[in-house]
Amino acid sequence: MSGGERRNMVASMLVIGIGNAYRSDDGVGPAVARALQTKNLPGVQCKEDLGDTLSLIEQWDTADTVILIDAVCSGAEPGTIYRFDALAQPIPTSIPLRSTHFLSLAEALSIADILHRLPSRLIVYGIEGENFSAGVSLSPQVEDALHGVVEQVEHECRSSSSCPLFPPLLE
Amino acid sequence: MTDRIIKVDALTRVEGEGALYVRIKDGKVTDVKLKIMEPPRFFEALLRDRTYSEAADITSRICGICPIAYQMSAVHAMENAFGVVVAGQLRALRRLLYCGEWIASHVLHIFMLHAPDFLGYPDAMHMARDYPELVERALQLKKAGNAIVKLIGGREIHPVSVRVGGFYRVPTKQELASLVDTLKWARDAALETVHWAAQLPFPDFEQEYEFVALQHPDEYPFNEGRLVSNRGLDIAVEQYEDFFTEEQVAHSHALHSVLKGRGAYLVGPLARYSLNYARLSPLAREAAQSGGLGPVCTNPFKSILVRCVETLYAFDEALRLIDAYEVPARPALAVQPRAAMGYACTEAPRGILYHRYQLDDKGVIVDAKIVPPTSQNQKTIENDLWRYATQAMHLPEEQFLWQCEQAIRNYDPCISCATHFLKLHIERE
Repeated sequence: MSGGERRNMVASMLVIGIGNAYRSDDGVGPAVARALQTKNLPGVQCKEDLGDTLSLIEQWDTADTVILIDAVCSGAEPGTIYRFDALAQPIPTSIPLRSTHFLSLAEALSIADILHRLPSRLIVYGIEGENFSAGVSLSPQVEDALHGVVEQVEHECRSSSSCPLFPPLLE
Repeated sequence: MTDRIIKVDALTRVEGEGALYVRIKDGKVTDVKLKIMEPPRFFEALLRDRTYSEAADITSRICGICPIAYQMSAVHAMENAFGVVVAGQLRALRRLLYCGEWIASHVLHIFMLHAPDFLGYPDAMHMARDYPELVERALQLKKAGNAIVKLIGGREIHPVSVRVGGFYRVPTKQELASLVDTLKWARDAALETVHWAAQLPFPDFEQEYEFVALQHPDEYPFNEGRLVSNRGLDIAVEQYEDFFTEEQVAHSHALHSVLKGRGAYLVGPLARYSLNYARLSPLAREAAQSGGLGPVCTNPFKSILVRCVETLYAFDEALRLIDAYEVPARPALAVQPRAAMGYACTEAPRGILYHRYQLDDKGVIVDAKIVPPTSQNQKTIENDLWRYATQAMHLPEEQFLWQCEQAIRNYDPCISCATHFLKLHIERE
């Protein structure tokens, strides 16, 4: 068994940044995961995911708390941060988490719920993007939001409570 | 005169962005257009001035579902240009890696995208409420396919271990052996899935196609073989552009591929199966027979059943390859770049994927051409829709639209690959 696998088994918290790092602001989720990885938070495993939503269900089998970070394309101000307790409230359909893939995150969460494979705590962060064209740079507002979300997720990881710095911005 | 206009603006459960337009006038279908609106991504131009070794990783980014196919066609084309033949266990490992991709891609389509059509659900989420065991099986089977890709390719999506001449790293026997128990379970589950799919309700829709697939003397095709058809085509991959051409059409951003002088043709599971039935493993062949499939399948709605047979085959083949595995002496053969043209065609889950590269003496790419399977099937999808709309237009509107979408999903179209979204627009006048 590799060190990574052992860590995987004991990780109580899993942070997954979803998105494509080569599609500009779609890469903000993975950028948050990378930034948190460098902080070596105890008991926290950070992963990047290109958006295979079905595989998320497999990944979060190993953690009690899962935090997902994904880009959002809802027409709001770029850099707007959304935070949802996915087990307490459904993800609003007015805020599509950006995915070019077959199953949306909301669908994957529903399937996981039906299969009784949701983690005990699941927080979803969305960051409104501006530019999703080919490229590796984040828009300035999204870059700013990245730092805010890193700070917030770090706070959530270090705190046993779930008191958010950012309240949910939308119903 | 009866005029009827029907519009459906979002075709779901396909990959990428596009639309379908069907016009029906006086009870007759008068126009069918598969419109692909996703903007071109210019990968062929991006490849120019990049070195030969970068093509596999750049082209794998065309698709998150079939990155291995792009990697395989790219490295085989480079090896073809440089006169390198990858054989033995390195070749077997590539075959094993491809098994993983076929499994993950086919399982996603069979259970999550196509099965809801047959079972009468709008999507997998609604289906999961009544068939949780089916969705659970899908997750486990897909996980098994991903495990192969991750072990050999380094990660599940856009794997990184494939290189011209072989691999950057090859697995140990023990690492591969660790997959065996899971794959044995998965093979049994895949066999059950063939029996499940055989019971699905299939519309009566037998069609006459020119099937095109790779054919290898002994193996069900992945990476190697001649391009053959059921109408006499039998050519080397290097001759592809002598026999096939791409045409621009006003309603699509993707080029339409046709066989010169013959027109539309079909690639993918139906073609592969019908041209290579004898090369399936005995287990897969027997399962096909017990599922009611003959040696040739011409009903595109049964593509779900053929995908199930191919998934079973891929698990069976993966276990065979693992059993025979010995660690190769070196992970990659040495490669000496030279000015040359390189050609390759491999069997992506959706059908043949053609790559051609012109290289200079330092191995820099001067020109590149990529023809993905979905662009090759576009014309046949339109033809199917033309005939199916004619056959099914008496159905209630909602059912008619649903089945038209289903007729498109028969092809598991990967529009991002073809360039790249699908909306359905039916107009009755």
